Amino acid sequence: MLNNSVESEQKMSEFVKTLDENGPIIQAKGVEVYYGEKQALFGIDIDFQKHQVTSLIGPSGCGKSTFLRCINRMNDLVDIAKVKGQVIIENQDIYSKDVDVVALRAHVGMVFQKPNPFPKSIYDNVAYGPRIHKTVSSKDEMDYVVEHSLKRAGLWEEVKDRLHEQGTGLSGGQQQRLCIARAIAIEPKVILMDEPCSALDPIATAVVEELIDELRERFTIIIVTHSMQQAARVSQKTAFFHLGNLVEHGDTDQIFTNPQDDRTENYITGRIG
Amino acid sequence: MTNPFSTEAAGLQGRHTSERIFKLSGLAAIIFAIGFLAIMVGSIAWTGSGALRESVIKLTVDLGPENVDPSDVDGASYRTIVRDALKASFPDVKSRKDRRKLYGLLSPDAALELKQYVSNNPDAVGQIVDVWLLASDDADIYLKGGVDTSLEESQRKFSDAEVAWVDLLTANGQTKRQFNKRFFTNGDSREPELAGILSSLVGSALTLVICFVISFPMGVGAAIYLEEFAKKNRLSEFFEVNINNLAAVPSIVFGLLGLAIFLNFFGFPRSSPLVGGMVLALMTLPTIIIASRASLRAVPPSIREAALGIGASRIQTTFHHVAPLALPGMLTGAIVGMARALGETAPLLMIGMVAFIADVPKGFLDSATALPVQIFLWADAPQRGFLEKTSAAIIVLLLFLVLMNLLAVVLRRKFERRF
Amino acid sequence: MNKDAHIVTSFDNDLKTVETLVLEMAGLVEAQVNDCVTCLLKQDLELVESIRASDKRVDQLETEIGDMAIRILVQRQPMAQDLRAVVVALKMVSNLERIGDYAKNVAKRASVVTELTPLGSSNETISRMSEIVQDMIRGVVDSYVARDKDMADHWRHKDEDVDLIHNTLFRELLTYMMENPRNITSCMHLLFIAKNFERMGDHTTNIAEQVHYMVSGALPDDDRAKSDLTSSITVDLDE
Repeated sequence: MLNNSVESEQKMSEFVKTLDENGPIIQAKGVEVYYGEKQALFGIDIDFQKHQVTSLIGPSGCGKSTFLRCINRMNDLVDIAKVKGQVIIENQDIYSKDVDVVALRAHVGMVFQKPNPFPKSIYDNVAYGPRIHKTVSSKDEMDYVVEHSLKRAGLWEEVKDRLHEQGTGLSGGQQQRLCIARAIAIEPKVILMDEPCSALDPIATAVVEELIDELRERFTIIIVTHSMQQAARVSQKTAFFHLGNLVEHGDTDQIFTNPQDDRTENYITGRIG
Repeated sequence: MTNPFSTEAAGLQGRHTSERIFKLSGLAAIIFAIGFLAIMVGSIAWTGSGALRESVIKLTVDLGPENVDPSDVDGASYRTIVRDALKASFPDVKSRKDRRKLYGLLSPDAALELKQYVSNNPDAVGQIVDVWLLASDDADIYLKGGVDTSLEESQRKFSDAEVAWVDLLTANGQTKRQFNKRFFTNGDSREPELAGILSSLVGSALTLVICFVISFPMGVGAAIYLEEFAKKNRLSEFFEVNINNLAAVPSIVFGLLGLAIFLNFFGFPRSSPLVGGMVLALMTLPTIIIASRASLRAVPPSIREAALGIGASRIQTTFHHVAPLALPGMLTGAIVGMARALGETAPLLMIGMVAFIADVPKGFLDSATALPVQIFLWADAPQRGFLEKTSAAIIVLLLFLVLMNLLAVVLRRKFERRF
Repeated sequence: MNKDAHIVTSFDNDLKTVETLVLEMAGLVEAQVNDCVTCLLKQDLELVESIRASDKRVDQLETEIGDMAIRILVQRQPMAQDLRAVVVALKMVSNLERIGDYAKNVAKRASVVTELTPLGSSNETISRMSEIVQDMIRGVVDSYVARDKDMADHWRHKDEDVDLIHNTLFRELLTYMMENPRNITSCMHLLFIAKNFERMGDHTTNIAEQVHYMVSGALPDDDRAKSDLTSSITVDLDE
């Protein structure tokens, strides 16, 4: 009896947790982006679920990277870019006046197309985020954060003996994992990845994909990719962008076997639409 | 069986010929340029190398008690002692005119040298000793073979009598040439054999220090602001155009500006390295700004994105990541600008750094001159002895420049990080 | 279904080739079924050899299409409708091959059956059954060519008729066997022949479902009425 009630309580709390985890963490509502006179995104409405990998696919210039950069406001850096609409992360519109971009980016990490470690030591690369955000207080704690982040990025075994060598001396795949370690060192809620494997060889790509799958347990991941096979492999949800519009968004399995929109079909099957 | 890949088959003869001609003309241009450089530097070095040697004459001087009072060594008339020694060497020279010529074989500084010798060797007092004393510039030139004795006597400055005296001294082993230390330790002088480069060298160094201290932080700061922070609009474009224009303004205009503002308006001391450095800083600033901006632009945007992407603020991004990567380029730009400033004469003329400065400047506010101005002054001087000094000063200036460029290369190598 | 051309022309050619091969195979199988019916009803035993011969070609085509499909999967990594087309082709050929096997089996039994006395209306019943199956195969292949899922559904539902006839025949033959044990030999053969046709109908149904999937991306969601009751039919001896 006693056992049973404990068990049921556990089940209940797990159930509550899943409920919580299944809610959308990011909601985009009517996002429009203008580069000067040119409109790059047209009213994007999309929800991203917690602990899921969502792929954004679409032809070049379709606005998927632009949209990705709306989520951590990297578009702010482009003088002529203007963003309309709302991006709500955990009930907070990140485009409202009282949001500090620096604080936002501590919660929304980003990994870029080309591995871009700082030309500093491996240790300093990972430690940089916690250091500027002052999330760790002691050297020991920092050592732990660095080790832990590198472990989660699957890089620890490869670099533990040369933490103080240049991060730029690693191979391309290792550099990209170092960038991922750097991003997760500040414990973001969301990790944005902009074609993270496009500069990597297939083996390094496989390692990064495996890593993405593991990271899903702790982070919500949004990944822009040109490889549909990759999107099909790593993501649970897929969104197809075309000419600045979100054409289709749904389960990855469905998008790749039975897309509903002709534009999606033409794109993923390589047809002249 | 014809070869389908032969030159004739494809009609490639003409194309190969034009390629050869282009290569040859390129090579010729380079050889031409290097040849000219070699001739220029070679001839300067050849002339200048003379300045590194000085002629000395050995005289037997009497430091006996009638000449030098052991209790007042400094009070003795060394000038007379030297002249007596000369007289003793050539007893048959009697007339006043000839004697004055005879004294002219030695530098006016010879007496001072003897005094120096005595104070260094107090034991010599009261004895008759042999000392080597500096020859005058005319004798020096003759000893270095710079006098054409086949000319008529009236056509040259060095008379037959002097030739005979010097020849006699040489025959007796009383002349020799030695390394000219004075050139590096003396300031300017009216006497070519005494003139040295130290004062202008120090003047240049002090000027450059001021120039660097002012222009580097300002230039780098301006570049960082313009490149990383300023919004791209009409105003920043206006600044950009103006900075580029400033880089092309003739340097004399900066001299005039310095004269009008620093000297006349602010009343800073005339001909001081401080004002010289400030004027040169104005001149160097655009160069540094342009070079720094270029090296900032060369930092890949991915580094900025990486830093901003993990939540670094703009200023953190700039000073933690971008500026350190751009630093080697900035330093190189600054040193190239400095090197240009080092060679500048015109603006310094305007602010009075052209004066005759015999003393080595001790501070930024002392009167000073600079290397290129010194060269200008010596080149202008009438005495023949200054000819080789001019060349030697040019060599020193060139070495200074090479050193600075070397420094630039070393700094770039040391700080350059690959990304 | 989208029929726009691929950017990579050779991809289009590959898919076309697969379709052509599948159609060739379907044609052969169709002919086999027709031949086995002729063989059975008209006692034209020479056709048995021709069925055997074309069965070789059918097997060969099955391998060929399988290889081709695998090559397409490796080279093109097809997505969506292309992926479905390739996968469906793979499944179709194994179904077609099975149909061909059944036809061969029918033809083989035909030589035995012709020597036996015909039993009641069983020949007519089998003839009716084979007609429906032939129509089904033709119709389903047509729906494959036309990429028409409604047509495929229509022919899929025809299998119900085949099952009903099979049930009837099963009962009938069971009765003959009980009446006179001498009938058992021919009854057994007829029963297997009927069973073969029933299986052909089932495989054709599978193909129809695949066509439906290929066109729409989903399997038909309605449950087809299962009318084959033979597995539960009993005949009371005391009757």
